[in-house]
Parts: sequence; C-alpha cells; structure tokens
Amino acid sequence: MAAESHGPLAQFEIKTLVPLKMGEVDVSFTNSALFMSLTLVLVTLFLVLGMRQRALVPGRWQSMVEISYEFVANLLRDTIGSEGRKYFPLVFTLFMFILFGNMLGMIPYSFTFTSHIIVTFAMALAVFIGVTVLGFIKHGFHFFSFFVPPGVSVVLWPLMIPIEIISYLSRPISLSVRLFANLTAGHTMLKVFAGFVVSMGVIGGVLPFAFVVALTGLELLIAFLQAYVFTILTCFYINDALHLH
Amino acid sequence: MTEQKKSAHEQDIDARLRKARQAAEQSDAKSGPNGSRRSGLALAMRLGVEIVSSLVIGVGIGLLLDYWLDTNPWFMLLFFVLGAAAGLMNVYRVATGIGQGVGYRRDDGSNNSDGPAQ
Repeated sequence: MAAESHGPLAQFEIKTLVPLKMGEVDVSFTNSALFMSLTLVLVTLFLVLGMRQRALVPGRWQSMVEISYEFVANLLRDTIGSEGRKYFPLVFTLFMFILFGNMLGMIPYSFTFTSHIIVTFAMALAVFIGVTVLGFIKHGFHFFSFFVPPGVSVVLWPLMIPIEIISYLSRPISLSVRLFANLTAGHTMLKVFAGFVVSMGVIGGVLPFAFVVALTGLELLIAFLQAYVFTILTCFYINDALHLH
Repeated sequence: MTEQKKSAHEQDIDARLRKARQAAEQSDAKSGPNGSRRSGLALAMRLGVEIVSSLVIGVGIGLLLDYWLDTNPWFMLLFFVLGAAAGLMNVYRVATGIGQGVGYRRDDGSNNSDGPAQ
C-alpha cells in the first residue's frame, strides 16, 4: 500500500500540474484542465482525421463521425425544426465535449472533469444565459409573457408567475447537477466496489469483481446518456426561447 | 442513365435498396421518432433532479430576500413552498410530456418528442 490514501474520492482531487498566477488569481494548469485540453484534441482528431478521405462510401471511422453528426442533427431537427440548424455548431460542440469527457473518464487512472460541479455549472450557465439572451433578441420584452402560462386566470397570476420564474431559474441548476451527480456517484461506486475486490481476496473478490464489470458497462451507458440529456435539454431550451408558447 | 439501360445487377441493387429503406422506415415507425427506450431512460434521469433544483432556487431566493429586507424567516418559508410547487409542476410537465420546464405545450401541435406518446 502506498503511503498516501487512495479512498474512493481520491480520483476527484484537483492536482496542480503547472502553477500559474495571473495577478491574484490562481490560473494553474491542473489535471482537470489537462483532460479538458485532451478532450478538445481528441474530438478534433476524431472529426478531422475521420473525415480526411471524404469517401462517398464511408469506412468505419468516417461512419462513426457521420453517425455522431447525424445524431445531433436529427436531435435538432426533432426538437427545434429546420430553424435549429443555426445552433448546430453550439449543440454539437457541447455534445462531443461532454461525451468525450465522460468517456475519457472511464479509462482507469484518468480524470473525469464532468464530475466537478463547477465545470458542468459553467456549461449550464453559458447555455442558460445564451438562451435567455436569444429569447430577448427574438421577442424583446414579449419574452416575459413566457412566465405567464396560457389559460390561467388573472387571479392566479401572482401565484403562477413566481412559480414559473423559479422553475426557469432552476434550469441551470438541474442541468448541471444532473450531469455532475451521475458522474460522481457512478465513479465513486466503481471505486468502492473495486476496493472490495482487493480486500476480499481471490475467492471472495469474484462477486464484487463481477459487479465492477457490470457497473463499468452501466457507467458507459450513463456517460453517453448524460451527454445526450444535456444536449437534448439544450435543444429544448433553445426551442423554448425561439417559440415561447 | 435511363431505366432500360440498367443491368440486371443494378436492378437487383435497386430492389434491395428499396426493401432496406422500407424496413428502416417500419422500424422507425415502431420505435417512435426518438427511439422510445433511449428517451425513456433519459426521462427517468431528469425527474429526480427537477424537484431538488427548484427547491434550491426557491429557498435561495427566499434567503436572499430575507437577508436584504431583514424579515427572517418569512420569505424563505414562502419561497420554499413556491419552489416545491415549481418542482412538482416541472416533474408533472416532464412526465406527461406537456412541456420541457417553463411554458405549456404550444397549440400548433409541433413535435415535442421527448415525452411519452399520448
């Protein structure tokens, strides 16, 4: 056993790799930043190298690139319609960034940056502010009619409007907490069960080991599903801002 | 190339293409526009967080107002209830497929395909 502790939560520790200071602000290059950069590089390589041949009949790699493109494009078409095409770059970037970040986190000894609430909250807040600004640009002050549900009598407005505003403001929280909580819980659980394998020895460890294998499969599903949920909710929010109700 | 000039081989490919397209359309129609299993799982993921996040926002607004107006704890209590109501309403909306958070289903019946088919 190494001298430092290896609890199930040790995997979420931020380690400074290159200390940097910008005035008073700590802008050190951490393992989180490293894995975000790695994700960017991997996504770029995946897309650029995959499309390098531009074959009419795609090979395996090009097929994967085309599938991810079509997946997001269909998502946009189903939720927003043809107007949604303008927002494809944003949505596709979000999807690929989160998906690759989650998948990178599944590799042992790697770091999952989506398991930090500040990362997911920053993304959710960017989406939230962007969508709100979009709504104002498209509708001006008519945007506030969004908070008045249609078909509700005027008597109930003082009750309904605060409720609607709260549920609007809760969007970035629910968007970020969902991604963060799923990833954190899943990875902690993996580590806990992996710890059982070691402590229970060769014979007793078979059961937890089988569990870890099953959990890994589940985590792969969740890694994809959470990227999908984040993306589709972004689409819904854009749709809401474009069309109000 | 006109129809008559197509060789037997090409006609065969055409027929197979048509068949494959039909099969794909049928399986599309069966699983719904969004793939019902995938969106069902995605839906389940969303429900729990909705209540909590609305409550957090409600209590947060209440505490801030209390801090500002020095009315501890009345605004917190009021907004706790409003937050809970907002959370329940969000869950109801997501679960029934009426809308995706704020706002109700639009009248033109456009495809909000996340909810279960009704």
